[in-house]
Amino acid sequence: MAYDYAAMIALADPTRRAIFELVVEQPRSVSELARALPVSQPAVSQHLKVLRCARLVGMERRGASNVYHLDPYGLAQMRAWLDGMWAGAFDSFKAEVEKDGKGGT
Amino acid sequence: MTGTIAPAAVRRSITVEAPRERAFEVFTASFGRWWPRSHKIGSAPMQSAAIEPRVGGRWYEIGDDGSECQWGDVLVWEPPARIVLAWRIGADWRFNPNLLTEVEVRFIPAGDGKTRVELEHRKLENMGTAMEAARAAFESERGWNGILANYQRALAER
Repeated sequence: MAYDYAAMIALADPTRRAIFELVVEQPRSVSELARALPVSQPAVSQHLKVLRCARLVGMERRGASNVYHLDPYGLAQMRAWLDGMWAGAFDSFKAEVEKDGKGGT
Repeated sequence: MTGTIAPAAVRRSITVEAPRERAFEVFTASFGRWWPRSHKIGSAPMQSAAIEPRVGGRWYEIGDDGSECQWGDVLVWEPPARIVLAWRIGADWRFNPNLLTEVEVRFIPAGDGKTRVELEHRKLENMGTAMEAARAAFESERGWNGILANYQRALAER
């Protein structure tokens, strides 16, 4: 399938999901995220890396720290994936419904 | 947040060379025969999938190990014109009984023994945290309001 599941897999982890929700609320730095969650700073960084790969979050440098914000691309992709799923399903449905002779019985 | 901006519904339509009754029958009773095997949520390879033909009936997949994974249930059952299915699969690709997105399928006679099948997958804003989050974000400073405010500011600075 066209969609690689990256965004869905990224959000399946409860800690990553919590990080994502915090970032969506407002842009935050790694240390802010680590303070808000019972997770170490290196662990938060690892999770952010996965979220960035899935393009659910983006990053920008602000002074000495990196600040993370929502990247709408990952979410738009999910919708595109659903769209593609139905397109594929419809092709398959059409083939099945027209299998037993055109015009039907 | 008021939630005025929601993801657009996914819409698809197709015309099939079959009368409405047959189109409805194949879509529902033979669902497992045509649904792509790649579109599954269970860990086992998908063997089949089914829609139970009544309001409240289950919509689920069957793995080759006999396991059943529910996707949702039947909300509206009006053969051969229309069905509405609850798709309760979240952005994390797991079944969640509290999540409601709706898939409406309409079967419309198109003349010459053909049928137009229209599908709408809506209420995507309910699609787990992610979609909810997106809606919130679009209203936040990084969303359109923020973008327009920046635009206004840029204009004012000229």
